[in-house]
Amino acid sequence: MSTAPAAVAAPAKSSGGFTGKAANYLDERTSISGAVKEFGRKIFPDHWSFLLGEVALYSFVVILLSGTFLTFFFDAAMTHTTYEGSYAPMNGVHMSAAMASTLDISFDIRGGLLMRQVHHWAALLFVASIGLHMLRVFFTGAFRKPREINWVIGFVLFILAMAEGFTGYSLPDDLLSGNGLRIIDGMIKSFPLVGTWISFLLFGGEFPGEDIVGRLYSLHIMILPAMVILFIALHLVFLIVHKHTQYPGPGRTEQNVVGFPILPVYAAKAGGFFFIVFGVIMATATFFQINPIWNYGPYDPSPVSAGTQPDWYIGFADGMLRLAPPHLEFVWLDRTWSFGILLPVIILGLFIVTVLIYPFIEAWVTGDKREHHLLDRPRNAPTRTAIGAAGVTFYAVMWAAASSDLIATHFRVTMEGVIHTLQALLFLGPVIAYFVTKRICLGLQKKDREIALHGYETGRIVRLPGGEYIEVHEQVSDYERWELVSYKDQAPIMLRPNAQGKITGSMRLRAAMSRWFFEDRIAPVTQTELDKSHGDDHH
Amino acid sequence: MAQDANSGKDLAAANSSSHDLVPEDSGTGVVSPDAVKNPGHPEHRKRVTDLDPKKEKQAERTVFVLFFLSAVGSLWAVAAYMMFPIDGQMELVRSNNLFIGLGATLALMALGIGAVHWGKAIMADHESVDERHPVRGTDETRARAIEIFEEANEESGFGRRALIRNSLIGALVVFPLPAVALFRGLAPYDEDPVELLQHTMWKKGTRLARDPSGVPIKASDVTLGSAFHVIPEDLNTAKDVLNEKAKAIVLLMRLKPEDLNELPERKNWSYNGIVAYSKVCTHVGCPVALYEQQTHHLLCPCHQSQFDVANHATVIFGPAARPLPQLPIEVDDEGYLVAQSDFTEPVGPSFWERH
Ligand code: HEM
Ligand code: FES
Repeated sequence: MSTAPAAVAAPAKSSGGFTGKAANYLDERTSISGAVKEFGRKIFPDHWSFLLGEVALYSFVVILLSGTFLTFFFDAAMTHTTYEGSYAPMNGVHMSAAMASTLDISFDIRGGLLMRQVHHWAALLFVASIGLHMLRVFFTGAFRKPREINWVIGFVLFILAMAEGFTGYSLPDDLLSGNGLRIIDGMIKSFPLVGTWISFLLFGGEFPGEDIVGRLYSLHIMILPAMVILFIALHLVFLIVHKHTQYPGPGRTEQNVVGFPILPVYAAKAGGFFFIVFGVIMATATFFQINPIWNYGPYDPSPVSAGTQPDWYIGFADGMLRLAPPHLEFVWLDRTWSFGILLPVIILGLFIVTVLIYPFIEAWVTGDKREHHLLDRPRNAPTRTAIGAAGVTFYAVMWAAASSDLIATHFRVTMEGVIHTLQALLFLGPVIAYFVTKRICLGLQKKDREIALHGYETGRIVRLPGGEYIEVHEQVSDYERWELVSYKDQAPIMLRPNAQGKITGSMRLRAAMSRWFFEDRIAPVTQTELDKSHGDDHH
Repeated sequence: MAQDANSGKDLAAANSSSHDLVPEDSGTGVVSPDAVKNPGHPEHRKRVTDLDPKKEKQAERTVFVLFFLSAVGSLWAVAAYMMFPIDGQMELVRSNNLFIGLGATLALMALGIGAVHWGKAIMADHESVDERHPVRGTDETRARAIEIFEEANEESGFGRRALIRNSLIGALVVFPLPAVALFRGLAPYDEDPVELLQHTMWKKGTRLARDPSGVPIKASDVTLGSAFHVIPEDLNTAKDVLNEKAKAIVLLMRLKPEDLNELPERKNWSYNGIVAYSKVCTHVGCPVALYEQQTHHLLCPCHQSQFDVANHATVIFGPAARPLPQLPIEVDDEGYLVAQSDFTEPVGPSFWERH
C-alpha cells in the first residue's frame, strides 16, 4: 500500500486536538487511513432478510462472551464426586465433577444460571439464524457466481454450529447429555470396519468411560470455536470482495450496489442491532428456563427418559434414525452390516452433500458464466424455489419424526400410524411440495405480468356510455413496474452435437436437467409488449 | 481488492454513469434486446425529521432517553447482583436470575434501539451507490500472476526436476502418520474393544438385584405381571461402575408361563414365567425401560423400537434389528434369582465384529 505523505498528513491537518493526534500516531504506525478510505464508505444495501446473517454473527459473539464466563467455573472432569453444593434435593447424590460444577454455576454463583441460560439460548438462536440465513440465500439465488464458494463456507459453518451445539449439550454430563452420547456411540459402532475402534478411542475405552467430557471440552471451547472463527472470517472477507447482493429495484443494476455507507449509518444500525440481538437473548434467558439439569439428574445408563427431546437442530438426525424400517441388519462375510443405522446415515449424508453442492449443479445446468449480484425474487426462479420447498419439506418430515412419540400421545394416535405416515411423507411430501410450489410461483409470475402490462384492479366499476360496466385498472408507476419485469430469464438448452459432431451422455443429462429447470417459464415483459398494451389501454 | 474510483457516489450522479456490460457467456440465460429499460433511481423522499426541526429534536430526545435508560439498566443489574444473594433455594436463584437479567436486558435493548433510532431518524439518509467491478483480476494482473508462477517454476525447477518434486510430495504425504499413530493412546493399550464388548459382569451365580439399591431379588418377590429394573448384586463394588452398568442392566418380568413362547434351546432360561432381558436397546443403546404389562411389549423411549417379551423379545416395530439378548436365570438355595451365566451374545448396539 502506498503511504503518500499527503495521506498521512490528512488526519493531523483536519483536527489538531487529541483525536487528531491519536489518529496521526496510529496511522504513522499502522497505515490505518488506507483501510478507512477503502472501507469507511463502503455501501451496504438494506433489507430485512439481510439481517438474518447478522443475527447469526451476533449470537455467536454472545456465545463467545457467555461461554468464556462459563469456562472460569466449569470443571470438565468425570471424576466421581458426591454433590455437596447448596441445591438441597441433589445433596449426597453421586455424580461427575462436570455435573457438580454445572450445578454450582447454577446455584452457587450469582448470575451463573443467567449466563448458562444466555449461552444455551444464544446457541439455539445461532443455529436457527444460520439456517434461516441459508434459506434466504438459497431462495434468492444469492449463491450464484461469484458466491458459490461462500455458500460452501456458510454451509460448513452450519455443520460446525451443530457440532458445537452437540458437544456443548454433552458437557454437563447429566442424564440427557449422557443419553445423547449413548446414541452417538451406538451410531459410531455401526460403521463398517472402523466403528468399534473409533468408539473405543473416542471414549477412551468402553462407554461411557471417564474421558469423553474432557475431550468434548477441548473440541467445544478450542478446536471448534477456532474453526468457526476462521470460517466466519473467510465468509466476511468474501462478502467484502464480492460486495453484498441487492434485490432488484429501480436504479439497481448488476454493476452497482445501492444502500447506506458503513460510516455512519450502517455502523449505527448494525451496532445497534447487535445490542438488540443480545438484548433479546438476555430477555429470553431472564424469563425462560432452559436445560434444567437438576431435574434430570446425573448420567446413569439405566433410568427411563421418555418424551425427552434433543436440542432442536439435532432433531432431524434423530428423526431420520426413527424412520428406518426394522430388520435392516445382516451378517455378510462374517461381519455385521447394520443398515438400520447406516441407511439413515447415508440418506442424511446424501441430503447434506446435495445442499452443499447445489450451486455447482445449477451453474452447470445453466452454463451461465455471468456474475449475479441482483437477487432473484423466489417466484422468478420457479424450479429452484420448488426444489428448495421440497428440501425444506424433507427436513421438516425428519424433524417431525423426532417427536413421533409426542405426536402419537398428543393426538391419541398409534405410534405405528405416526411412523408409517411419516415414512410415506418423507418421499411424498417433497414431491407434493415441489409441484405445489412450482405452480404457485408460475401463478405469481403470471399475475406480475398481468399487473405490469395492464395495471392493477382498483375495485372501481364504471359504466361506459354504451351501458357496459368495466372495472378501472390503474397503471403502476415505472418504478413499481420495474420490480415486476426486471428478472433474469433462462431458457432450456437445445441439444446440439458438439464440435466433433457427437452428443455425449453428459450433454444429454444437462439438456434434460435444463428442460426440467426451465421448460415451464414465464418470460419477462418486453418493451414492445408494454408499448402495445399501453397503446390498447388508451383506445 | 478493487479500488472504488467513485465509491459512495450519490444517486443523481450515478444515474447518468452506468457503464457497459462486459459481454460474457450467459449460458441458457436469455439476454433480450427488447427488455424494459431500468427507470433509474427514484427521487429521494425526505423524512419527517428532515422537514420538521421539532420532530428532529424529538428524535434526539428519544435517543438520549434510551441511552440514559441503558445506563440505568446496567447499574440496576449490578445492584441486583448485590441485593439478591442465592443460597440454593430455588426461589432466591430465580429472583437473582430475574433481576440481574431484567437490568441487563434493559441495558442492551435500550442501547440497541437508541443506536438504531439515531441511525434511522437522525443520520443523513440518502442512499449512495458503489460501482461493482468484476471479481476476477484484470488481464494484466492475471498475466503477471502467471508470469510469477512461471518464473518461480523456472528458478526452482519444480516442474523439471520430477525426482525431487515427487519425493517431496511423497514425504509430505507420509509426514502426518506419526500424529495419527499418537492417537492410538486415546484408549488403553492393553484392552481390545471387541473382546470387551463380548462380556458383561454377569456370571454364574450372580444375584439379580434391584436398580439402584442393589437389594437382591427373591423369586417369590416377583409377582405375576410385575417388572423389575435389575443390576448385578456386586455392581456397586465394580471398578468402573458406569461402564459395567451400561452393559449389565437387565429387565426382569414375570408372565404367565402359558403366555411365554420360549425357544426350545432356551427352555430352562426362565424360572416360573420369570424372564430376564438385557435393557440395552439393540438399536443404538438407550435403556429399553418402558414395559407394557398388558401386551408384554417393551418400548425403547429413544426411537420407539418395540420388543415382544412373550416372543423372546423379538423386534415388532421400530428401527432396531435384533431381539434383546436374554439372560439365563435360575434360583439359588436361598430362593434368590441368580444368573446361570453371562449373556450368550454381546448386548447393545451392533458392531462390525459382533458376529
Ligand atoms: C457456536 C458455538 C457454541 C455453541 C452452539 C455452544 C453450545 C453450548 C451448549 C448447548 C451448552 C450446554 C449448556 C447448558 O448447560 O445448558 C454449552 C456448554 C458450555 N459451553 Fe458452549 N457453545 C458454543 C461455544 C462455546 C465457546 C466458544 C465456549 C468458551 C469460550 C463455550 C463454553 C462452554 C462451557 C464452559 C460449557 C459448559 C458449562 C455448562 O454446561 O453450563 N461454548 N455450550
Ligand atoms: S436406541 Fe432403542 S430404539 Fe433407538
